[in-house]
Amino acid sequence: MERVPVLSLGDALLVSIQIDLQDNTVLALQEDLAERIVSTGARGVLIDISAVDIVDSFIGRMFASIAALSRLLDAETVVVGMRPAVAITLVELGLSLAGVRTALDVERGMKILRALSDRREVRQADEADADLVPVAEGGGPAAGA
Amino acid sequence: MTTSTGVEELPIRTGDDVVRVRQLVRARAQEVRLSLVDQTKLVTAASELARNTLVHGGSGTATVETLSRDGRSGIRAVFADEGPGIPDVDQALTPGWTSGSGLGLGLSGARKLVDEFAIDTAVGRGTTVTVVKWTR
Repeated sequence: MERVPVLSLGDALLVSIQIDLQDNTVLALQEDLAERIVSTGARGVLIDISAVDIVDSFIGRMFASIAALSRLLDAETVVVGMRPAVAITLVELGLSLAGVRTALDVERGMKILRALSDRREVRQADEADADLVPVAEGGGPAAGA
Repeated sequence: MTTSTGVEELPIRTGDDVVRVRQLVRARAQEVRLSLVDQTKLVTAASELARNTLVHGGSGTATVETLSRDGRSGIRAVFADEGPGIPDVDQALTPGWTSGSGLGLGLSGARKLVDEFAIDTAVGRGTTVTVVKWTR
């Protein structure tokens, strides 16, 4: 069985699928990604499927579970490069991949991951600030007594 | 009248065999110049059915041939196993109904992706699914 390599780039993991996917390869990729997210602390996973000529229900479900499991491990997933014929077939198959974020190419996918990561940092900074604000600072009912 | 040429049979015993069936169907679909979308639909259907043959039938075969009728060409793919068979075909063809851990889109999805679909199954005897996709 061939394995799909997982590359680490900054705080993201990159997966470019260049082989014909058989079911065991798909399951192994799922496990590899879960382990690598935890070991690298990656915040994003980008899966490039521009070389994938078919996505059937098993492979499609894999994208959905990778997106779900990375969210549980505090990372976001973007699937990029889906071929038009694959998209048409998936919809006809009844698989809309709701919950899987997509982008047209790697560049846009990385942009999405960066934006998500920035937003998260802002939110964490806000929460940290909120912790520091003293309760009833000046002018409060208790202050004038 | 429909004529058939180039019959080729592949075993389905492993996940790699499923990949080989996809590749054969893709090559034959390209030969008869199915459109890219139709090739993709047929290969996707073949992938679902070959997996069914492996997972539910235990193992089996895929037979692929080129058809010709009234100036149009087509690809026929037959997936046969001698597994347990399907007790309730109507139920098995319902989108979302699943016998196991899948999404229940295999059989119903494959049917939507092809022009002709036939299923022949009997409990204890096995299952044969035949699909055809024609050029436009």
